[in-house]
Amino acid sequence: MTHHEHNHHHDHDHSELSETELRVRALETILTEKGYIDPAALDLLIETYETKVGPRNGARVVARAWADPAFRARLVQDATPAIAELGYAGRQGEHIVALENTPRLHNMVVCTLCSCYPWPVLGLPPVWYKSAPYRSKAVKDPRGVLRDFGFELAPDVDIRVWDSTAEIRYLVLPLRPAGTEGWSEERLADLVTRDSMIGTGLPKQPHEVA
Amino acid sequence: MDGAHDMGGVAWSDPVRPEPNEPVFHAEWERRAFAITVAMAMPGGWNIDMSRFAREDRPPSDYLSKSYYQIWLAGLERLALERGLVESDEIAAGKPLHPAKPVAKTLIPDGVAAMLHRGGPTERAARAPALFEVGERVRAKTIHPATHTRLPQYARGHSGIIERVLGCHVFPDSNASGAGENPQWLYTVSFEGRELWGEASDPNLRISIDAWEPYLERA
Repeated sequence: MTHHEHNHHHDHDHSELSETELRVRALETILTEKGYIDPAALDLLIETYETKVGPRNGARVVARAWADPAFRARLVQDATPAIAELGYAGRQGEHIVALENTPRLHNMVVCTLCSCYPWPVLGLPPVWYKSAPYRSKAVKDPRGVLRDFGFELAPDVDIRVWDSTAEIRYLVLPLRPAGTEGWSEERLADLVTRDSMIGTGLPKQPHEVA
Repeated sequence: MDGAHDMGGVAWSDPVRPEPNEPVFHAEWERRAFAITVAMAMPGGWNIDMSRFAREDRPPSDYLSKSYYQIWLAGLERLALERGLVESDEIAAGKPLHPAKPVAKTLIPDGVAAMLHRGGPTERAARAPALFEVGERVRAKTIHPATHTRLPQYARGHSGIIERVLGCHVFPDSNASGAGENPQWLYTVSFEGRELWGEASDPNLRISIDAWEPYLERA
């Protein structure tokens, strides 16, 4: 590169665009101009998972299960149609199984092979769920994983890890916090955290929500 | 394929690091890479198992040096290149240099909601009765195929219990190579922690995988 070109490069600060960014742009341009993709459809896909489909959906499912014993029975028996009653269905949630935590049993979900996750109820997975430390450790030392998340599971509570190796997607049904008798579903949903539905956390306690 | 993607039980000294108030995407290019990948399955005609294999079938150093959506991008490029939808000189040039190939369908904005709602159910009609029943003891076979499989290495050779019979589902080992869906019975098989990890393991731990019938034998 000549001295002139070198300066030119810096003047326009191309270095701010990483190789990956340039590659994605190039690919989108080529695929769009060839008529294989429509950028407006891409925008909708992004908008769907940034604003519409996320863990609030799963929180509503859990809250209903806490409030309505008949719904809970349907959810545990066959989760996919029960969850569809709330309008959540489809991609990466075609076959859902609900896992009931009890005072003696804690469930945790992982995908050691990739990133399988129940999109219709939890949205897209967080980075840690797809990371090597979680995928390697969850099946071998799940109590250590829980310590990474800041809590200690009592040693006499059994722990059960579900590795999502097929197209079955798992949703943990956490224990309902004490002191929430008579709460509405909407209020209960505020207690349900994303991590409590993966099994790496617990629901909030009543005093944590206003 | 025994690749770096098969991470269960691998010693990894870093702790799991949750990110408070994590955004769905961490950069604009991640948004686009995600959406392009989802949208391209329609004109590309590939299935989820082909997508997974395209991401995973790479040297460990390559797999481990890429971020999650960089792996998606690499998988997408490979599938598009293999089918001649894109050529490498076009990626280098950043613009089309060759005529488009005819494709059966593309994802239009009006089709997005229906496509996501439809998803891709994998359960199929059974062609034969299930070989195993709930409560039966089985062993995960010791296999090391060079092709796609969803039997994690940490389970191979170990015995567990059939806990659920999940129906007959598309078999990834066939579907990934284009050999057809070849549906097989799928089971939840659970293992004691000590069976997988030895005497030092937590005695109150059980781990399950979902395993297709060809992965299993009577123990």
